[in-house]
Amino acid sequence: MKKSFWKKATPYLFLLPFLLLFFVFMIYPMFYSFAISFMKYKAGNFSAVGLSNYRYLLGDPLFKQCIFNTVVILVFQVPVMIGLALILACILNGKELRGKAFFRLCIFLPILIDTVSYSIEFSLLFNNKETGLVNTFLSMIGIGALPWMNDGTLAKAIIVIAVTWRWVGYNMIILLSGLQAIPKELYEAASIDGAGRIKKFFYITIPGVWPVLIFAVILAVNGTLQLFTEPYLITNGGPLNKTMTIVQYLYNMGFKKFNYGVASAGAYLLAVAIGMLTWMQLRVSRRDT
Amino acid sequence: MMADKRRWNAGTVVEYAFLIIMCIICVVPFVWTFFSATQNSTQIWQTGMAFHFGGNLRQNYQDLLQYTHLWKNMWNSAVIAIVYTVLVCIVDAMAGYAFAKFVFKGREAIFFLCMTALFIPASVTMIPLYIMMSGMKLVDSAWGVILPAGAGIFGVFFMRQSLMDYPDELLESARMDGASELRIFLQIVLPVLKPSIAALSILSFVQRWGDYLWPMIVLRTNENQTMPVTLALMITPGTAIKYGAVLLGACISLAPILILFLVLQKNFIDGMMAGALKG
Repeated sequence: MKKSFWKKATPYLFLLPFLLLFFVFMIYPMFYSFAISFMKYKAGNFSAVGLSNYRYLLGDPLFKQCIFNTVVILVFQVPVMIGLALILACILNGKELRGKAFFRLCIFLPILIDTVSYSIEFSLLFNNKETGLVNTFLSMIGIGALPWMNDGTLAKAIIVIAVTWRWVGYNMIILLSGLQAIPKELYEAASIDGAGRIKKFFYITIPGVWPVLIFAVILAVNGTLQLFTEPYLITNGGPLNKTMTIVQYLYNMGFKKFNYGVASAGAYLLAVAIGMLTWMQLRVSRRDT
Repeated sequence: MMADKRRWNAGTVVEYAFLIIMCIICVVPFVWTFFSATQNSTQIWQTGMAFHFGGNLRQNYQDLLQYTHLWKNMWNSAVIAIVYTVLVCIVDAMAGYAFAKFVFKGREAIFFLCMTALFIPASVTMIPLYIMMSGMKLVDSAWGVILPAGAGIFGVFFMRQSLMDYPDELLESARMDGASELRIFLQIVLPVLKPSIAALSILSFVQRWGDYLWPMIVLRTNENQTMPVTLALMITPGTAIKYGAVLLGACISLAPILILFLVLQKNFIDGMMAGALKG
């Protein structure tokens, strides 16, 4: 009798520390913040205000601007990064390539640096002056210096380039593991049938790597939708809020204006967007495999 | 040199050229930072391709000491990253074991809850967590950074996955022999999980070391802040920014991770990929 009680309790005891942390620091705050999203915080007290936080957000042009900025950055950053990562992975998967380990090491390097340090570096590399490293290079190859920080589009481009720089190696290695799982015989058989490189890429590589590719895209989309450090430190949201992202808006709302209600409501809208996008991407991955 | 069967057609040349250009792009910012850490602000601002030493290293170091609590900040980063890593590895190994090798009421429900929570953005829980941290008097303390991140769901999946293929019979026979559950966990499960725990440690350590948003919110005084938070404060607009010192700080902050990477190499890459590949 006593023994069977302990037998039943064993898995729960192993789970206990995790569940404690999980419920206290994750599940409870999730409900808490859902409640706050219908409240107003003033002088240490919360009072119910119904949907007015959500209404405020949907009417705030700055929030719309931030959604627009984030989406624009996302639409360029994710395909560019995943595309580059896929090309790199395909090249590094070639069996005759020399110096694989060296190339992989170099391209993996950016993931080591912390987000703050690399953001500061990129803000200097892309500075407006003709003497910035990137502008010096652009002058050298005849394009000329660009006003990176003063132009909304160029400033978004910096964010896209910076995030791509940091994460391309990470995604390359994810995709490389997907490529290595494709049986070599498929390629050999295709070669015998006279298929060229391009054909092999579209008929063997893409279908073979598809689930891993979708997984990398999901990670990238979720990451970019939650972009904060890069726009906060590289462009400081500027010029004229043209690079301010959703999470930056939420941070300002919550921790600078102490408008907890609106910040929580916005976070929930972001969560719903991420949930829906992830679900859609998972559906795409299932249908095609 | 390459007098083998291999044909150097246009395709291979393009491949190598592309790889080399990508490598240069990936490495140049590091080299630039390394040189700029020895230069003063004027040199950094005025010379674009300044890949040379600037002779200002000592001054930058002194500025860094003056504007930050450099080694205290490094220490804080290390304490937070190490304590967090140890905590997550123990908690996740235990939970992953429970999910992988026991049948119990509520298993599917709890597991599903974890799956869902994995996709909840951190900004959802940020404000309640801050209010809770204030209530628990953990604002401005290392625990205030460690505990909210303590439920490492990723690691639970990873540990569970690593144990799935381990034969149940071996655990059963240990039970038959009268081994206690704790002993089975310590002497059978943990050794099996060793490579996975190594991978999870690297991932957790690097994540926590470079963390910015939450530590910035919780850690209020400079003495208690981590390296990234301190560095970000140094470039606050409207102050006289010592770029040389900031970049030297960036180099110092990178050093532990870079050393870890160079020493562990393949294991390091596997570790960073742990969550992504097996999750």
